[in-house]
Amino acid sequence: MRLSWSDERFRGIVWQVLIVALVVGTIWWLWQNTTHNLRTRNIATGFDFLWREAGLPIGESLIAYSPADSYFRALLAGLLNTLKVALVGIVLATVLGTLIGIAKLSRNWLLSRVAGAYVEIIRDLPLLLQLLFWYALMQLLPGPRQALNPIEGVFLSNRGMKLPFIHWQDAHTAALLAFAAGCAGAWLYARARRAAQMRDGQPRAAWPGALVLMLGLPLAVWGAMGAPFEPDMPRLVGFNFRGGLTLTPEYAALLIGLVTYTAAFIAEIVRAGILAVNQGQWEAAQALGLPGGKTLRLVVLPQALRVIIPPLTSQFLNLTKNSSLAVAIGYPDIVSIANTTLNQTGQAIEGIAIIMLVYLTISLSISLFMNWYNAKIALVER
Amino acid sequence: MKAFRRTILGALGVAAIAAAGVPAALAQSQSPTLDAIRARGQLICGVNTGLAGFGRPDAQGVWRGFDVDYCRAVAVAIFNDPNRVRFVPLTAQQRFPAIQSGEVDVLIRNTTWTLTRDVSLGLDFTGINFYDGQGFMVRASLGVRRASELNGATICVQPGTTTERNLTDWARANRIQFTPVVIERLEEVVQAYLAGRCDAYTTDVSGLAATRSTQPNPAEHVILPDVISKEPLGPSVRHGDQRFADLVRWIHFGLLTAEELGITQANVAQAAASDERPAAQRLLGRTGGLGQMLGVDDAFMRNIIAALGNYGEIFQRNLAPLGLQRGPNALWNQGGLQYAPPFQ
Repeated sequence: MRLSWSDERFRGIVWQVLIVALVVGTIWWLWQNTTHNLRTRNIATGFDFLWREAGLPIGESLIAYSPADSYFRALLAGLLNTLKVALVGIVLATVLGTLIGIAKLSRNWLLSRVAGAYVEIIRDLPLLLQLLFWYALMQLLPGPRQALNPIEGVFLSNRGMKLPFIHWQDAHTAALLAFAAGCAGAWLYARARRAAQMRDGQPRAAWPGALVLMLGLPLAVWGAMGAPFEPDMPRLVGFNFRGGLTLTPEYAALLIGLVTYTAAFIAEIVRAGILAVNQGQWEAAQALGLPGGKTLRLVVLPQALRVIIPPLTSQFLNLTKNSSLAVAIGYPDIVSIANTTLNQTGQAIEGIAIIMLVYLTISLSISLFMNWYNAKIALVER
Repeated sequence: MKAFRRTILGALGVAAIAAAGVPAALAQSQSPTLDAIRARGQLICGVNTGLAGFGRPDAQGVWRGFDVDYCRAVAVAIFNDPNRVRFVPLTAQQRFPAIQSGEVDVLIRNTTWTLTRDVSLGLDFTGINFYDGQGFMVRASLGVRRASELNGATICVQPGTTTERNLTDWARANRIQFTPVVIERLEEVVQAYLAGRCDAYTTDVSGLAATRSTQPNPAEHVILPDVISKEPLGPSVRHGDQRFADLVRWIHFGLLTAEELGITQANVAQAAASDERPAAQRLLGRTGGLGQMLGVDDAFMRNIIAALGNYGEIFQRNLAPLGLQRGPNALWNQGGLQYAPPFQ
């Protein structure tokens, strides 16, 4: 390499150094300016506030939370609430979207038109409007003292749905862990059976053994620990129901809104994916004598999935980010709690940074997982 | 896209702070805010998004209310024109970034003066134009008479205010369990309460009165007698411009002084010509040169009273229709807390 402008490698290095200097310089300038301005405006900075007492009320939380806890714990509760609606929403939206996408391709005229109308109406209306609609609908239910009681122990009112539950004890936690272990065992067992089939060509059913592992194991653990079972029935005390499980109207409205909205987009993606598989593939599978279910599972879906997965990932990310509309209907998600935090502490930059960090982390995790899955199911071409 | 919009606003506020260059050399004038307002030709005032009695546009789109009249008073002091104000409606969460970043000159929006806000937000509160306190409203049919009977209740509350913290503090002190429903927009939180999602709605008593007065049948709702907090509401300006803070502070004191001296919108012209009391002459700018000291016309209080009336008239016009009594907002010599230092 010569130190001359006519040397390509030298030119490349000079340009790269210049660009890096420009980027670093811009960031440094913004940082300096921000801190200087914050200082001159007497605005407090730093993340010390995270350990101060929050004093903000949170209506529903997966972890034990009281207003005496710190802002950090409040934000954690908000993060878990965001994950609770995003993960459940992604699963339900995928199921509903796939069903509607397949229905739209159905040869049944009524079914395909209904699915088509669903997609057109839902995806053309703003999501915020739909959320407010679902929330208003929930509020039309009667008050707790006149709650609907369709089944013994289930109450439906404008305070949400109350379901009977059990008094949770250690034996239940142990049974849950045993179930997880049983699932892992069943997966290994099924793999071993398939490997055996590969060796000698004899088909072996894996489900009886898998069932024993998945159900028998947790039942045995539960029984060994005394099989405790005390129902926790919701009952009306004063203003509200006590006991049992609660599905709040805020969570329900947000979940229904996000699932129905995203499902409309997923339906179109699934439809496009299935249509992308050449008709000849179906015919070839039939010619080989594969039944309908196996044709779909072994021939069509693997080819459709590589068209479906990348846009599906975007829809999962959209659903997660759209969950930030929660504040409009009073669901305590991370944005709602971070906003209150930044308002009480006045530290807007830190609050916004926390929100960005949370969404970036969730979105990148979903992307990573979906990219891994996409690579796994990609057609191996020879 | 409300949550998004707010987040974007927050982000813009952050960006504005980040991008605003180093402020121009200090002290070209004694009040950069006042200079900026004069150069722009109008005051920009942050107000409520729509709270009857305090700040709300009427059917013709003209902003009306107690806080709005304070904005107009500042505009009259500077321009002698109550209409040279641009009103920026701000939610509870938008208001502090808006004043910090210079989007508004002054924030007059039912804002409670607290230590944290005064010290760590870069704000200066200039006084207390309304003594308020947090209370509860319930449906009359519920049969609740005292706040202490609310154990187990679901309570609707707006986020981003002192209200939330007062509510949790009160509940902890009194060992009361409650389920919060936290909704940002005033309209929607009130709607949730009206629909029966909550047993009670909590905010400042003035806000409860305003909400109650706009219901088709106000008698269906009861404001409980218990007041669980002190809520001194007042205007705030950016920390660091003491001259502008002084102006806003003394406009409030001037309005109180006018009421104390019995100078009203109806008699101010006559008083300016013939009132021989020294205090009245100083207030109306005939002697003392007090306006000049604040960087405005000497007759600024005379103009304000002519345009808007004194403190009592502003209160009467905006808040009496909600059914609010003067109570702690009566003048000090009539059993209230409103007390102005000498206008001299």
